Amino acid sequence: MDAFFVYGFLQRALFAGIFVAVSCALLGVFLILRRDSMIGHGLAHITFAGVALGLFLKIVPLGVALVIAVAAALGIMKLKEKAGLYGDTAIAIFSSMGLAVGIVLATLAQSFNVDLFGYLFGDILAIETSEVWLSIALAAVVVFIVILHYHRFMYMTFDREAAKVSGIKVGRLDVLITVLTAVTVVLGMKVVGILLVSALVVIPAAAGLQLASNFKQAIILSSLIAVISVLFGLFLAYYFDFPASGTIVILSFLIFSFFFILKRFRRIH
Amino acid sequence: MDSSAADSKPLIDVKNISFNYGPVEVLKDVTFTISSGDFLAIIGPNGSGKTTLIKIILGLMKPSHGEARILGKPVEEFEDWSKVGYVPQKATHIDPLFPASIKEVVAMELLASRRFLRMKKREEEVSIEKALKQVNMERFKNWRIGSLSGGQQQRVFIARAIVNQPHILFLDEPTTGVDTETQEHFYDMLDSLNKEEGITIVMITHDIGIVNKHVNQVACLNQKLVYHGSHEEFCQSQAFKDMLAGGHHLVSHRH
Repeated sequence: MDAFFVYGFLQRALFAGIFVAVSCALLGVFLILRRDSMIGHGLAHITFAGVALGLFLKIVPLGVALVIAVAAALGIMKLKEKAGLYGDTAIAIFSSMGLAVGIVLATLAQSFNVDLFGYLFGDILAIETSEVWLSIALAAVVVFIVILHYHRFMYMTFDREAAKVSGIKVGRLDVLITVLTAVTVVLGMKVVGILLVSALVVIPAAAGLQLASNFKQAIILSSLIAVISVLFGLFLAYYFDFPASGTIVILSFLIFSFFFILKRFRRIH
Repeated sequence: MDSSAADSKPLIDVKNISFNYGPVEVLKDVTFTISSGDFLAIIGPNGSGKTTLIKIILGLMKPSHGEARILGKPVEEFEDWSKVGYVPQKATHIDPLFPASIKEVVAMELLASRRFLRMKKREEEVSIEKALKQVNMERFKNWRIGSLSGGQQQRVFIARAIVNQPHILFLDEPTTGVDTETQEHFYDMLDSLNKEEGITIVMITHDIGIVNKHVNQVACLNQKLVYHGSHEEFCQSQAFKDMLAGGHHLVSHRH
């Protein structure tokens, strides 16, 4: 454990990882209950185009990815609402386009290299100080907004019509959740990479939902599971020389499986 | 010409509302008012536009023509939603696995309009307890909503709808799938909300039997408003006779 106190890069990774994990888990709970768990997956692929564009234009890939992801998330939402496309169809179309554009741009930029792989598979152990602060700040904003609208988000997820009649502006809050999801996906990308970020959004929340008997529990359990996955994932990755992203996701899956089986077992007995 | 209507200040004012769903005319030129203290039953056959009418009044749907006003304001401009309680049609809209306790379900409504700084935790608890007590569900406050029976869930949704002490409560077929004995308790409970708490109640129902015992106003809908007035007159009216003569399923409708 000493290394975690000595090496700056490990501390930075831990610090950013914990913040990002919590914001992923918080949103994950709402997304799963809104039947929208694939949105993270779709946005991650679109983020790939953003990163490739950033590398192509030689401007901060994280920033470009953020803008592209938010725009795409709103686009998906509008398509779903206005054009009568099924939600998962809109996601499928946008995410494949993102990947396609990303491949073309990355090739043009001749940037199929370590940089790009870092974004694809995660490079939290190589995270820079500026990125740590950006991640923490954004994750803190996400957490703050979720706490601010906690009851409203819960209400509109549970019973949309009654929520509307209680005066909640559900349309506006839909946009807010969508934007927060896009931001969270981009943040998660730094931790576990584009290919695995949706796992960080969905799996800890799904695990928490297995055992929770009320909403508060679901939120707290999911966040804890996400933090534990990231902490122990990084720890194992460092000591056994595993890739951090894969280790974190496998760990969260093991926790999910354990809770899943536990729940079935409890129900039988 | 509106001066006399404005003086009596109806809680709800429905003016010339029509609603078309594609070529289908769901509502045709419906006009009526609901006054403070009313216990109004909206009855009519399936597809007669009852739910649509309530959704238009609550601003959930836009009418093709006409206007609905709540407390004198057009519904699009109305903002004081804590004065309105709503219990939507049951079962179809609730996820049985949703991880919310009864307490949390009621808290959603109580805290929906709150800013970041909430009222004191203690006051919250008191309001929630009171609402649950009114529907006789306080024992279940820590249960998960999905683990309750249909009738119990309905009670919780009523607690949720009255937690802000609304002036008016809308219920869309609240007793669907609830056994007869429980229904009686349920209507008694609505009675006491109406008479003791002074909450105006608007209820869509298939069950004309209860109309006699509990409500004081009836609106009979079949695309058009066939009848609107006191329940005593309703029983003498042509609309009522037509309904009976037709052997209409709404006389005794059970799901």
